[in-house]
Amino acid sequence: MSTLLDVEDLRVTYPTRTGVIEAVRGVSFQLGRERLGIVGESGSGKSQTGRAIMGLTPPQAQVSAKKLAFDGIDLMAASPRERRALRGNRIAMILQDPKYSLDPVMSIGRQIVETLRAHERVSKAEARERALAMLEAVQIRDPARVFDLHPHEVSGGMGQRAMIAMMLIAGPELMIADEPTSALDVTVQLDVLKILDKLVAERGMGLIFISHDLRLVSSFCDRVIVMYAGKVVEQIKASELRNAQHPYTLGLLDCMPRIDADRHPLPVLDRKPEWAA
Amino acid sequence: MSVADNQAAAGRGSAQAVAVLSAIGRFLAIAVTTYLGLLAVTFFIGRVIPIDPVLAVLGDRAPTAVVERTRREMGLDLPLIEQFYIYVKSALSGDFGTSVLTTNPVMADIRRVFPATLELATLGTIIGAVIGVPLGVLAAVKRGSFIDQIVRIIGLIGYSVPIFWLGLLGLVLFYAKLQWVAFPARLDVVYEYTFTPITGFYLLDAAMQGQWDVFYDAFRHIILPAALLGYFSLAYISRMTRSFMLNELTQEYIVAARAKGLSETRIIWGHALRNAAVPMVTVIALSYAGLLEGSVLTETVFSWPGIGLYITNSLQNADMNAVLGGTIVIGSVFIAINLFSDLLYRVLDPRTKAR
Ligand SMILES: Nc1ncnc2c1ncn2[C@@H]1O[C@H](COP(=O)(O)OP(=O)(O)OP(=O)(O)O)[C@@H](O)[C@H]1O
Ligand SMILES: [Mg+2]
Repeated sequence: MSTLLDVEDLRVTYPTRTGVIEAVRGVSFQLGRERLGIVGESGSGKSQTGRAIMGLTPPQAQVSAKKLAFDGIDLMAASPRERRALRGNRIAMILQDPKYSLDPVMSIGRQIVETLRAHERVSKAEARERALAMLEAVQIRDPARVFDLHPHEVSGGMGQRAMIAMMLIAGPELMIADEPTSALDVTVQLDVLKILDKLVAERGMGLIFISHDLRLVSSFCDRVIVMYAGKVVEQIKASELRNAQHPYTLGLLDCMPRIDADRHPLPVLDRKPEWAA
Repeated sequence: MSVADNQAAAGRGSAQAVAVLSAIGRFLAIAVTTYLGLLAVTFFIGRVIPIDPVLAVLGDRAPTAVVERTRREMGLDLPLIEQFYIYVKSALSGDFGTSVLTTNPVMADIRRVFPATLELATLGTIIGAVIGVPLGVLAAVKRGSFIDQIVRIIGLIGYSVPIFWLGLLGLVLFYAKLQWVAFPARLDVVYEYTFTPITGFYLLDAAMQGQWDVFYDAFRHIILPAALLGYFSLAYISRMTRSFMLNELTQEYIVAARAKGLSETRIIWGHALRNAAVPMVTVIALSYAGLLEGSVLTETVFSWPGIGLYITNSLQNADMNAVLGGTIVIGSVFIAINLFSDLLYRVLDPRTKAR
């Protein structure tokens, strides 16, 4: 398996007046053309890890890594310009809530076309054609109509599919999906996931799937990273999840509701300071 | 497209037409109500001030019989409600009576002086927006930088220094000392009598007639007051742009735009500013209306023969027809600017279309 992304000892810190916040503290993993899940509780540093790989941390953030390489390109040494050329083109990211992550005053079609034209020299007509094809690929039934709609005119599920189209149109090799379905109605979550899954498989992309939901991640990904307080506490194949060793992972597993058993009292997630050390 | 699709599209089209029509209807209703309110207020002011309109016309030594006759002629013996009805009717047809001071119909006077005010305020607003918006954008993007400090200082001066003081200072420096600009008036005396305005906007009129010497002269007269108004408008617009932009730049769609690999230029001017433009419309309209309202001060300092100066002179001579007529015209323009900015807001923000 060739390595698409190589992360070693990634750290993201925020200097503040009251001290340094360490959002990510030495995360390491490798990724091929496979699906990697990152789970962990809120604030464990999942999003910050994804954004550091994209080069999208805010200016006050300090990012360091022993190694951060995408397809042999040293991202730590790359200029802002080189990183921008990668974004949307070879590495893309899907954000959580289409209600906020689509520009409210620009039509959906133009937002999709915009990604393409940022990276390729294509004519207006061709860009439109490809955007329509992309809308069809995310199973939007009436692409020509949706092309001209504005984000507020579509449902959450439709908006997130438009988001996927917008991020996939330039043909990236790595996709970072940061809780792509958490903001959606449960009834459409699965549809959107299936579409994402299918496209990732068809195009042979690498996927980093960030989620709270261990069960979802384990059914959807090949491998799972469990994060706690900015660190990786466990890295395991999804199929071997039930053999997990780390007490935090076990705790997460134990928290999942079961249909077959009545659970009283509900288990509470254990947190021990020594796991964060 | 199938037949069903076409029908659906047609249905959407007519639904949209209905929405537009109802929006226009609502605008008109608002405009009419506001205008009536304005008339009621001015009518009321005209009745309560301690100036007898009959005596203002006749002087206080006219015989009682003449006074009584004139009072009847002016309809002042009628019940108040009837007087108001007549007042509204004549105001709607643009008849504000005759000015005691100039002996012209007030409307004719206003038609002469109002373009001067509009020209000045429009130029001031253009200066304010063209410089203020980019300045505000840069201040927001480079927060805490040198340019951000400049915007802060400009805003501080704009808020704290009175307009007439800065105006006098400008006159002393650029007219009296440096002689860069012309003396306070609209044109040199030479041109006052040779130049025939068409619209009343001298710059426009001179350009349309190809009289470039007049254009240059008008420019030398207007530039200082326009720059001054532009400064105040710029101070306000740049600060508001800055804060709207700061708000937009923290939104998630900006992160998404970066994730797409767009250039910073495109993100700032194509996405963030395009979104900030929606509330900016109201700000610029307010600033424009503010310049019209403030015209009394500026026009006095610069002897600018506009409606502000006209109202001031009329007020000093108890010429109530002129004062009320002028007030109504300024008020009407206020209403028009507000309605227009509301419309533009709807055009710029697709989210308002559905409603
Ligand atoms: N701009 C910032 N300044 C300071 N600290 C920050 C900033 N952004 C993030 N952090 C910190 O980084 C930590 C990790 O945040 P992150 O968003 O990666 O969490 P997460 O695992 O994605 O959580 P969630 O599941 O809620 O999305 C948080 O504890 C937060 O306090
Ligand atoms: Mg997150």
